[in-house]
Amino acid sequence: MSLTVVLIFVGACALLGYRIIAAVPPLLHTPLMSGMNALSGITLLVALASLKTSGAVSLLACTAVVLAAINVVGGYWVTDRMLRMYKRGSGKETEK
Amino acid sequence: MTHYLVNFLLPALITAGFLYGIRLMQTPHTALRGNRIGALCMLVAVLLVLWQYGLFGRPMVWAALITGSLIGLRMAQRVKTIQMPQMVALFNGLGGAASALVILACLNLLVTETWWFGWLVSALALAVGSITFSGSVVASLKLEGWMTSKPLFFRGQSVLTKWIFYFIPTITVLAVIDKRPALLYAVTVSALLYGILLAMRVGGADMPVIISFLNSLSGVAASVSGIALGNLLAAGVGALVGVAGMILTQIMCRAMNRDLLSVLRGFKDYAGSPETDNTQAAVSGDASSEASARLTADDIPRLLREAHKVLIVPGYGMALSQAQQAVKNLMDALEKGGKEVKVAVHPVAGRMPGHMHVLLAEVGVDYDRLFDMAKINHEFAETDVVVAVGACDVMNPAAASTEGTPISGMPILKVSEAKAVIVCNLNEKPGYSGVENTLYREGHVIPLWGDASETVPEITAALTQQG
Repeated sequence: MSLTVVLIFVGACALLGYRIIAAVPPLLHTPLMSGMNALSGITLLVALASLKTSGAVSLLACTAVVLAAINVVGGYWVTDRMLRMYKRGSGKETEK
Repeated sequence: MTHYLVNFLLPALITAGFLYGIRLMQTPHTALRGNRIGALCMLVAVLLVLWQYGLFGRPMVWAALITGSLIGLRMAQRVKTIQMPQMVALFNGLGGAASALVILACLNLLVTETWWFGWLVSALALAVGSITFSGSVVASLKLEGWMTSKPLFFRGQSVLTKWIFYFIPTITVLAVIDKRPALLYAVTVSALLYGILLAMRVGGADMPVIISFLNSLSGVAASVSGIALGNLLAAGVGALVGVAGMILTQIMCRAMNRDLLSVLRGFKDYAGSPETDNTQAAVSGDASSEASARLTADDIPRLLREAHKVLIVPGYGMALSQAQQAVKNLMDALEKGGKEVKVAVHPVAGRMPGHMHVLLAEVGVDYDRLFDMAKINHEFAETDVVVAVGACDVMNPAAASTEGTPISGMPILKVSEAKAVIVCNLNEKPGYSGVENTLYREGHVIPLWGDASETVPEITAALTQQG
């Protein structure tokens, strides 16, 4: 993978992301943030990839995997929990 | 061909999936699906990497993955909504730490190259990851109350912070030119220190800004480590998170009339000691209670009975006293009486963006009832009664009328324009900013000092007795 391709991809993601994320209403800012938080655990992929070279360094990489996995799983789960509350809130009102 | 597929096409597809998931986050009824699509994409991405690098048969890998997942799951299940900010802060920190650790683990791979770029991205990832980690841990300790939520200062702190702020880029450049690993460790250590200095001086009400910023940094750290190690997906998605955090930071800064640079260099405004302001507030509070012709608590039943439109203004105090359910009950009672009820939410109410929305959603308040400041501020003038619950700085008229205070110039909810205001706050002390709330002195404002989880039900009772 050439560096230019990676950098162009990063730029494209940032631009597209900006357009989409700026349209999220304040109502959903906390779930957005915690969802993005889970997404920042994407570094898990890098950590896993770095594990292919075993040896003394793999202890560091393993720690990275554990931390990133906490971030990803915890982040998505907590966002899910929050968003279920939103749903329940509106559901109750419409039932009335 | 397979190489092209695995390294470019699949990551691009997975990224598109993430973007679609975020797009669904734009409306509340699709947001849950959006989040699950995001989680699914993440799972696919992890499986892809495991397959690509032949890691399926490595028990170490599974042990690490399962350990992390179980810890994360347990934390996410146990957290209360009021603790959400510190949870997010902590997760941010872990993400940042992971990004930095990966770089450390692969350092020999990255920097034996004679190419300067490897050094640059390594230094950047280490710096950003470390700041994210130490800053987030401090922020989360402050939010949890294990560290004081007041801004912490020591002599020479501003100078030290400023020096480190400029020191980090300098040694980064040196590391790139000189190519000595010791310099990279120096970057790491000073970035850790900077994160601590940055977060310790941030006070409770400024937390939304710093959490958003750390959120952005955790994405940048992931992105840079992805660029460093040639992982397209991590690089792109990390940038996405970076942008999202930046947008939220910008919104929070605007809502508090601050600029990001002043946040990064430290909150200069907070140099004044809140204690002196506290005593002033107490004195003026005594003086104003002598003023005649003001509304009193006895007027509350009449006011509510005659009201057509009632606005609720929640603040972090509502969360502290766990008065959300009481507020929901009050809203129900008011609506039963045929009144128009809306909730006016200031962008920085609470400790993270959107915090009030989550707290009220938890007790079943319909999200259609929640209105943002920009949309509702003109409605205060036609409102009969405002019930403020645990909110102070976000409705302090002093923000517009005085200069040189931490909240000067901050846009506020124009609560004062309503015909009557009931304030359910713990006491007359200033809010987090330490600036006396001049609203309390106005004649049409009825303060009900005390725990909001007790005072709000009193209002509800007053209303239903009349019913």
